[in-house]
Amino acid sequence: MTFFDLARRNVSRHWLRSILAVTGIVIGVIAIASMGILGNSIGLMFNDMVTDVGDTIVVSPAMSSGTTAFTERQVNDIARAAGSNRVIPFASTFDTVTVGETKSGAMIYAMPAADIPFLLEKEAGTYPRDTGAGCMIGSKLAENSKETGLKLGARVQIGNETLRVTGVLKERGMGFDINPDYAIIVPYRWYSNHYDEDEYDQVIVKVRDVKDLDAVKEGIEEKMNRREDVVNVMDTKAILESVFAAADSITVFLMGIGAISLIVAGVSILNVMMMSVTERIKEIGVLRSIGTRRNEVMRMFIYEAMILGVAGAIIGGVLSFGTGYLMTAVLVGNPDYLFNPTSLLYIVFGMAFGIITSAASGLYPAWKAAHLNPIQALRHE
Amino acid sequence: MPVISFDNVTKVYPLPAGDVVALAGIDLAIEKGEFVLVMGPSGSGKSTLLNIMGSLDVPTSGEVTIAGKQISRMSDDELTLMRRDHIGFVFQQFNLIPLLSVVENVEYPLVLKGGRPGSRERAIEVLAAVGITETHLTHKPGELSGGQQQRVAIARALANDPDFLLCDEPTGNLDTKTGTAIMDLIARMNREEGKTVVMVTHDPRMTEYADRTVRIVDGRLA
Repeated sequence: MTFFDLARRNVSRHWLRSILAVTGIVIGVIAIASMGILGNSIGLMFNDMVTDVGDTIVVSPAMSSGTTAFTERQVNDIARAAGSNRVIPFASTFDTVTVGETKSGAMIYAMPAADIPFLLEKEAGTYPRDTGAGCMIGSKLAENSKETGLKLGARVQIGNETLRVTGVLKERGMGFDINPDYAIIVPYRWYSNHYDEDEYDQVIVKVRDVKDLDAVKEGIEEKMNRREDVVNVMDTKAILESVFAAADSITVFLMGIGAISLIVAGVSILNVMMMSVTERIKEIGVLRSIGTRRNEVMRMFIYEAMILGVAGAIIGGVLSFGTGYLMTAVLVGNPDYLFNPTSLLYIVFGMAFGIITSAASGLYPAWKAAHLNPIQALRHE
Repeated sequence: MPVISFDNVTKVYPLPAGDVVALAGIDLAIEKGEFVLVMGPSGSGKSTLLNIMGSLDVPTSGEVTIAGKQISRMSDDELTLMRRDHIGFVFQQFNLIPLLSVVENVEYPLVLKGGRPGSRERAIEVLAAVGITETHLTHKPGELSGGQQQRVAIARALANDPDFLLCDEPTGNLDTKTGTAIMDLIARMNREEGKTVVMVTHDPRMTEYADRTVRIVDGRLA
C-alpha cells in the first residue's frame, strides 16, 4: 500500500466523476493533437507543392517604371550582372491548342531551347531544339492525355502551325518562377516567329552557389536600377521562408484552439479535485493527526490528478491517430502526412500537454488539502 | 522522566471580540505506565489540552515536553513526526480510512514510517491482540460493527508502539456493553503491556479504570 495506491482507489471510488474528468482530457488531447497534425500537414502540403527552388532569383519588370517586358538588351545586361550564373529569360502566353478534334486552353512558356534542360527536368522523350518544330508538355497535361490528347509524339496545333510533342516534363509542383505542370514549353525562336514578339516577361537566374544569392541579387539591382526602378528582384528563398512562416502560424493558431479545450478540461480536473478535497476534509484531518506529513498528503492528491491526466492522455493519444487520419485524409487530402515524424510529434505533444495540464490543475487542491488545519479538519462533519 | 509534562502552559486564541484563554497556566506530569483521565465540562479547555498533548497544536507560552522533546518551537513536519512516532490516537468516531481494508488501516502508520518488511505481520499481530480475527482482515471499516471498528482503531494506534495512547471519548459512540469491552481492552493494554493512557471523557464511570483523574475547569486544573 502506497500513496499512489490510495490515490488510485479514490479515483475508482468516484468512477463516474473520474470518467467525466478523463473524457475532458481526452477531448483536449485529441483537439490539440489533431489541430497540430492538421496545421503541420498544411505545411507539409506547401512543401510538396513548391519546388525546391532556393537557388533561384526571379527578375521581373518594375511596373512603377512603366516597363512591362524585357528587351534582348536588358536581358544581356542582367546576364552580365549575374556573372557566370545561368540566366534564363522566358515569355509566356495563353492560347488554344488543338490535338486532332480536341480543343483546349493551355499556358505556353517560351525560352531559349538551350536553357530548358537547366530549368526543367524531363520524364520522357527529348528536349526540343531551336530549329525544329518541337515542344514539351507538363506532367499533368500528359496525365490527362485522354481528355486533351496531349501525349508524347502527338501533333499539337497552335494557331495555324503544328508542333510535335518531343518530350514530357517531370512533375515540378507550384513554383515562384513558372508552373510548367499544366503548360506547354516551346523554344523561344519558334514563339518569337509565331507571335511576332521579341521581348521577355521575366528572367530567371539560377545561382550556382546559394551563398552567392544575396550578392547576385544586389549586383542585378545595382546595375539595372541605377537611375530608376526598372526591375524587381525576388529570391525564392525569402518567399519560401515567408510561406513556411505562414504555415507555422496556421499550426500555432489551430493548436491554440486545441489548447483552449484542454484548458477547459484542466478546469474540470480542478473542479473534480476540489470536490475530492472538500469531501475528504475529515479524512485528511485523520491522516494528518496520525502522522501523515503535508508533502505526503500533497503527493496523494497530485497522484490523483496525474492518474486522471495520464489515463486521458493515453486514450486521447490513441484516438488522435483516428482523428488525425480523418483530418489529413478529408481536409488535406493525403493521409500519409499523418505518418510523418513531425506530425506524430504533435500527438506526443498533445499527450504531454494533457498530463501537464492535469498535474497543474491538481496542484492547488493538493496544496489546499495539505495545508488544512488538522484540528479543524478532524472536527469537520 | 515523565512521558508528558506541562510547565506553566497557557493557550490563548486571539479573536476579534477579544482573546479567549483556553489554558491558563497548566502544570502537569504524566509518568510512564499511568492511566490518567482528563475530565471537565464543555468549554473548560479539555480539547485544547488534548490537542497540545497530541502535538496537533503548540502552547502560546510555557513548555510542553513529550517523550523527552520540547514541542513549542517545532515545525509542522516535526510535530507530524512526533504524532507518528510517539502518540497513538483513539477517537470517539473511530476515524478509520474508508478506502483501506481493516489490515491496511492498521498497517498505514507503519507504511508512513517507511513500510519496513514485516509490517503486514505486525498489523495482523496487533489486530489479534485487540480481538480482531483473521476473517475480518480484508473487510472495509464500514462492514464492521462500531465495537469492532474501535478495536481496529486501537490496533492502528498501537501499531507503531507509541509512548502513550491518547483517547478522546473512545466509548462515546458505543452502547454500554460494547463500551465496557473497549474499556477493558484499553485497561488491559495499560496493565499488561504497560502502555501509558491519557483519556478525555465525560463519563464518571471511567474513573474506576484510571490511576488518577485530572479535572479541568476554566482552563485551570481543579
